[in-house]
Amino acid sequence: MSGALKPILIAAGLVVLLMIAGETVSPGFASPEQILRLAIVAALLGIVAAGQNLVILGGREGIDLSVGGVISLSALVAGNVMSGSDAGLFPAILACVAVGAAIGLLNGLGVTLLRIPPLVMTLGMLGVVQGLLVVARNGIPSGRAAPVLSDFVSRPQWLGLPGILWLWLLIGLAMAGLLNRTVFGQRIFAIGANEGAARLAGVPTQLTRMMLYVLSGVFSAIAGLCILGYSGSSFANVGGQYMLSSIIAVVLGGTPLSGGRGGYTGTMIGALLLVVLQGLLTTLSIDESGRQIIFGSALIVLLLFYGRSRGLQS
Amino acid sequence: MMKRPFLRAMPPYLPVLVILICMFALNGLAEPNSLSAYALKGLVSTYLALMFLAVGQTLVIFAADIDLSVGAILGLVNVTLVSLMQALGDTAGAIMLSMLLAVGVGAACGALNGVLVVILRLQAIVATFATSVLFLGLALFVMPVAGTPAPRLFWRTFGGRIAGIPFAYFVLAALLLMIFLLARSRFVQRLLTVGDDQLAAFQTGLPVNSIRVRGYIMCGVFAALAGLCITGDTASGDPNVGGLITLNSVAATVLGGAALSGGVGTLFGSVLGALVIGSVGSLVFFLGTPSEWQNLVQGLTVLAALMVGILFSGKARA
Repeated sequence: MSGALKPILIAAGLVVLLMIAGETVSPGFASPEQILRLAIVAALLGIVAAGQNLVILGGREGIDLSVGGVISLSALVAGNVMSGSDAGLFPAILACVAVGAAIGLLNGLGVTLLRIPPLVMTLGMLGVVQGLLVVARNGIPSGRAAPVLSDFVSRPQWLGLPGILWLWLLIGLAMAGLLNRTVFGQRIFAIGANEGAARLAGVPTQLTRMMLYVLSGVFSAIAGLCILGYSGSSFANVGGQYMLSSIIAVVLGGTPLSGGRGGYTGTMIGALLLVVLQGLLTTLSIDESGRQIIFGSALIVLLLFYGRSRGLQS
Repeated sequence: MMKRPFLRAMPPYLPVLVILICMFALNGLAEPNSLSAYALKGLVSTYLALMFLAVGQTLVIFAADIDLSVGAILGLVNVTLVSLMQALGDTAGAIMLSMLLAVGVGAACGALNGVLVVILRLQAIVATFATSVLFLGLALFVMPVAGTPAPRLFWRTFGGRIAGIPFAYFVLAALLLMIFLLARSRFVQRLLTVGDDQLAAFQTGLPVNSIRVRGYIMCGVFAALAGLCITGDTASGDPNVGGLITLNSVAATVLGGAALSGGVGTLFGSVLGALVIGSVGSLVFFLGTPSEWQNLVQGLTVLAALMVGILFSGKARA
């Protein structure tokens, strides 16, 4: 267990270090309100990364490049279904979860039945979803979030925390339970570690893998809904930035891209780490180029701590 | 996998060639003018950058690696080249020197990727994403806002004609000559061997790490050549020019019959794959698709082409 715990501890230590550094450089960076704001942004990323995490755990080069497109589409659909009224929230949730599940199902079918490499299948799907977005945005007004959704994402509600942080915590517990305590969870690790052996042991490998992609679509759709609540209205391509940052959060959290090992708790810390790092760089008064250069270099250094594959000599 | 002898004998780029011919036939049916010399020249000069990028991407994919920073390298080379040409003057000599230095920048970017992925053993997908953020930052440092024009001599030459033949065709011919030579080189054979079975290649004494690093460096060089083409096509510098082209370079490579798991594919196939992506764009346009539907139709067609390409290449390895 200590082996699995190490990356999580490194990431958590780095989060604390960055917070201290931020507070030193710009007092107020680690104030409670600011921490809450960073936590909300991390929750948005963390929810996307939950689906990404499942797909990566399932192995066979599992990856979902379509998450950003699903987020944008879900935010657009939800915004139009609810169009600023609380009464429309429930139908909006149903609509965007259906959209996410449908796209995830198509990804899953392509990866399992047609045996298309996940990178290629979800990349092609990203192109399709981006096309859908252009069609959908043409002719319908950009929707608005229901007040209750905006409050859920950004207003302190229960014990001083906004609903989205409770939702994230709940997802964290559910993922830990799913991965460690259920048959489905055992099957995910089994197909991720050795698909052939899992099939011989009677695991329905195709069905399990398909479910992972459906879940990834659903998580992205939920994230899209929350991002709509965070930003107030659904504007163009809100999800674009989440494609690769969700993958990085998973890797920083100690789940290697090769699959079969890891978990979601680390991914949550990984998402926090990414968001705190970006928050710190935004606080420092340096221009866009400097921020990007430092962020890129920091990512490289962080990655050196994790997921280095074995050398040929060993 | 059981394969019929017929399938084994066919060149790996046959599926993509058939798809490309179908695309051109559909283009011709939709609008005969789309096959005019003028339209073809436009197609080639617009998609030359993607062809170069796809060849670079294919070299790393041969060795079972991947480079998601090619678009960012292209952007960095674009702004570096335009800034250098502005600083050094617009004489032919200064432009040549700027181009040479810009290709050097691409090679350096590729070398950094190679060191991170091969020597420091980072996972290629995340490592090259991290470097793409770094390269984008450097591009923004070199040129904070888009719009500095390239010298007239540079883009007039790229868009012009020599002896009545469009210059873009000379560049295309040079690219084809390069891949003809590369395909027969020991370098590419070794990349394919490493990609096919890295451990076996190592055990037979091949310098696996040095081969893979050189693959990344060559990928950087081709991304830089793509950057030269895009500068000729857009005639200006824009740090964000490489936005979506990275994913298209991967799609072109896969369309061309290369397997992401390495060891399989041809450089020629990837060039055809880039042309398929270009001809899909032109088909969607010439079919008179309403503008808001064009991206969707293009996305669906590329996805369908990817599926057909993978299913019929008989190498549908994940």
